[in-house]
This record gives sequence, structure tokens and C-alpha cells, in this order.
Amino acid sequence: MTDISMTSAQSQSQTGKIVLRWLLYIALGLFALFYLMPLFVMITTSLKSLDEIRTGDLIALPREVTFDAWRTAWSGACTGIQCEGVRPYFWNSILIAIPAVAISTLLGAMNGYVVAHWRFRGANIIFSLMLFGCFIPFQVVLLPMARTLGIMGIAGTIPGLIFVHVIYGLGFTTLFFRNYYVTIPAELTKAAKVDGAGFFRIFWSIFLPLSLPIIVVTVIWQFTQIWNDFLFGVSFSQAGTQPVTVALNNIVNSTTGVKEYNVDMAAAIIAALPTLFVYVVAGKYFIRGLTAGSVKG
Amino acid sequence: MTKWLEENTPKLVLAPSFIAVLIFVYGFIAWTAWVSFTRSRLLPRYDIEGLIQYERLFASPRWDTALNNLFVFGILFIVIAMVLGLVLAILLDQNIRTEGAIRTIYLYPMALSMIVTGTAWKWILNPGLGVEAMVRGWGFENFTFDWLVNPDMAIYTIVIAAIWQSSGFVMALFLAGLRSVDGEIIKAAQVDGIPTWRIYTAIIIPSMAPIFLSAFIVLSHLAIKSFDLVIALTGGGPGYATDLPATYMYAMAFSRGDIGQAASSAMIMMMVVFAIVVPYLYSELRSKDD
Repeated sequence: MTDISMTSAQSQSQTGKIVLRWLLYIALGLFALFYLMPLFVMITTSLKSLDEIRTGDLIALPREVTFDAWRTAWSGACTGIQCEGVRPYFWNSILIAIPAVAISTLLGAMNGYVVAHWRFRGANIIFSLMLFGCFIPFQVVLLPMARTLGIMGIAGTIPGLIFVHVIYGLGFTTLFFRNYYVTIPAELTKAAKVDGAGFFRIFWSIFLPLSLPIIVVTVIWQFTQIWNDFLFGVSFSQAGTQPVTVALNNIVNSTTGVKEYNVDMAAAIIAALPTLFVYVVAGKYFIRGLTAGSVKG
Repeated sequence: MTKWLEENTPKLVLAPSFIAVLIFVYGFIAWTAWVSFTRSRLLPRYDIEGLIQYERLFASPRWDTALNNLFVFGILFIVIAMVLGLVLAILLDQNIRTEGAIRTIYLYPMALSMIVTGTAWKWILNPGLGVEAMVRGWGFENFTFDWLVNPDMAIYTIVIAAIWQSSGFVMALFLAGLRSVDGEIIKAAQVDGIPTWRIYTAIIIPSMAPIFLSAFIVLSHLAIKSFDLVIALTGGGPGYATDLPATYMYAMAFSRGDIGQAASSAMIMMMVVFAIVVPYLYSELRSKDD
């Protein structure tokens, strides 16, 4: 595949080939600038003082680097009436994400194991019904969920948000594990059964040790989804329990006082750091989750 | 007893998740559907009154704007993201030495929250200090780029930000597709002296039809569910100019206290999603069973 350009370019003159190559790299470079520009602007803006922002250029480097905006964003910026920065909300997001990721991944592994290796009559229909749940626009469950959380006594709480994320993450986590486990030969399960191993024993000593890659993919997928969630966060939280995305939006759109763009940008970067970090460290698994999560089946 | 337990362990393990999905997905859809046929306002009522909420919905100018916006935004977003994704994939497929690094750069926006993306673009596109002010500062005093605050143009700022966020992902899908095309056919075509661009248009791209379909499904799904980006970038404004069905539903549910309108708009959203996804899922599941 990759040598097409070479072969067809043989008919062209050597200089033509070099010019084409240069044009190609310039085009790729320009696109890279397009994708990097917002991140660059966010970082430089967050390091400037408000005076410099008002008088300066959008894409200019800061004349004087200051971390005041970062300090304010972390612990002093106002989300409505409270002025504690994003710190408490960042913490909320962690408190929501960790249990929700752990529970939904564990349940997904068990479900996927059943659907792939312990098929019973109706298992296929159950799996299809669960898979279908991945596709619904969540608006269609917002109203009854708000009432149900109220009835359960966990409306506006962190456990409430964990519960919601687990429920609506189940379809995907089950799908991930099911698709991974169907590639493990059924003979393995059969042989283990003959040897007298039971359901949990086989899962624990055969499947789990083989599962590391899919666990990584699932954890990254769920973490990114939950950390970046806004719809559930804004619908089902209250003043003290909002996740960081909701707090960021409140800081940016708070109408009181002077608009502090540098603080907005610093807060946005802080909110983005965990998922960016995951992407940089484990990009391969992140992409695998994306493609598995979108090209379903 | 133990024998029964042993035989039914798989079912018992799957049961809680399945029951949860039955209640919290299908039961909740049924609840929303039911309420959408009632006169519910601030509180839900359960006596069926017919299509009154849908009549109100389609008589509402704000919903009309939201649907129009979804149409404009959806088409532009899907078409441009797919074209850009395909172009980037083909460019990257030419034996580029730094491919890994470039791919990382193109794809990182996908890891960000839409709220972060919206915040960044809101700052870049704000007329007072953003791109407009910058170009004016370069000496082009009459340059105007006020889409963000212009009711007729604001929807296009959402298109820009959404494409920035998602096109790298489309590129990754297409790149995987390009790499999976049978190398033998391509070699044969090269031996026959067929030019590169013809190989792409006549052999490679047609063989990627399933990937185009997946990309289309994913992007249209993203478009219909778009909510956070609008909230962060324009807040639905100026006025209602950039409302989408998702923001309309949210406003009705949580700020207007109009449960009937919230339920009926949510049902319309679901029908649009299902009209796109169901045929796809159906064909996928069927081809799996064959």
C-alpha cells in the first residue's frame, strides 16, 4: 500500500517527485497546526496577565509568564456564588469516575464471559437488548432517572452519579469483553469443565489472566466517557457534587465581575489534563476503544 | 439445590445487569413515551391525551429552529468531517516517516471533553479579543469575523469546533480501512500502469464502503446527541439561534419545567437516532449470525 506513490512517481522527473513530497509534508504540517492551535492558544493565554490579554495578540507568546491564573483556576475562581476554583470539583470527578469505572468494568467482564462462553437460550436476545441501550440518546431517560434518583434518596449525590454511569456504561463494557472473549476457543472452557472447574473458577484462573489488554481498553474508554461527561453531571448533581466539566462551564459562564480569560483557559486545561494524560500514555488502547466503541459488533 | 445453583450461575450473573437495562433503558423509554402523550407540565400526569405535546412541539418556533439547526449542523459536520478525515488518511498513507507523531496530533482533541473544546473555541472566536481582533491588529482594520455573536452564523462556529474535535477520529477509521485493502490487487494495478489517483478512486475507496457507513453512523449519532458543545460554545444563543434538539429538551426539562415538551422532544430525538441506527444494527447482527 505504502509504496504506491513511489512506483507511480518513477515516471515523473526526480525534481517533480521531491516537490510533491515537500507539498505533502507542508499540507500535513498545516493540518497539524490547525489541530494544535487551540491547545497552544489555551496554554499561552493561561500564562498571560489580563492586561497583556487585552492589549496583545491572540497567538503571541506571553511577554511575562505568570501562574496567577492557574492558582486562581485551581482554588479561587467562582462558580456562581462559591469561589473555590475547580479543585473540589476535580476531586468530585475522581470520586465519581473511580468507582463507576471499576464497577462497570467488572460487571462488563462477567457479562461478556457469560454471553461468550455460557450461552443459554435467550442469551443472544439479552445481549442484543443490552447493546441497543448503548445507542439511545440519553435525553430519553433523563426525566424518569431524575425522579428515580429522588425516590432512591440519592438525587444530587455522588453515589447517584456513580449509579447512573454504571447503568449506562454496562452496554459498552459488556460488548468490549464479549467481543474479546469470543476469540478465546470454547474448547478451553469445555476442557476445564471436564476437569471439574466451575463457572467462577474458570473465569478467575483462565479468563481473567488473559484479559489484561481488554481491561485496559475498557478502563480507558469508561474513564474518558465518565470524566468528560456533562449531560448526567449537569442534570443529576447539586451545588457541592458537580463534576469538573460542570464547574468549568459555570466558571466560564459566570456573569459576575471581570471576565478572566486566562483563568478560564487554565481551568479548561486542568479539566482536560487527566484524559489528555491517559491519551498520551496509552494512546494505542484509547484508539482501540474508540474504534471498538463505534464500529460495534 | 447446589445442582440448580450450579446450572443457573451464568443466568444469575447476567440477571442483575439485564434487569437494570430492562428498567433503566426500556422501562424509562416507555415512561417518557407515555408522558409525551399526556398534558404533563411541571409535574407528570398519567392520563393519555393523544398527540397534544407533539402538536405543541411542532408549533413552537424554538423547536423549529432547533430542528433546522440539527439539519444544517448535521449535514455540514458529517460531510466535512468525512471528507477531511479521508484526505488526512490518504495523505498519511504515503509512507510518512513521522506518521505516529502526526496521528497523535490529529487525534488528541477526541480525548477532550466537549466543554473544554467549547471553552477554547469560545475564546478563539470571540470578536473582541480573538481572531477578529488579531487580524485587525495586523492592519486589516475592516476585518470582521463575528460568527459567534451573529445569530445567522453562530451555528457554523459549532460546526467548526465539532469538526476540529472529531475529524481526527474519522481519519483513524479511514486509515485503518486503507491499510486493510488487499495489497495484491493494488500491486496488480500498479503493474498495469494505472495512476495512483485512479487506484484510490476506482479500487481503494469503493472497497471501503463499510467504513464509510460506520463513520456516517458514528458522526450522525454524535450530531444528534450534541449538547455539551453548544452549551459551552454559545449556550444556545444568541437568543435561540443555536439551539439543537438536545438543548431544547434540557431547557424544557430543567429550566422551563415543561415535562410534556421535554418528553416529546426526547422521543423525536430517539426516533431520529433509531431511524439511522436500527437498519445498521440489524444488518450487522444478521451478518454475524450467518
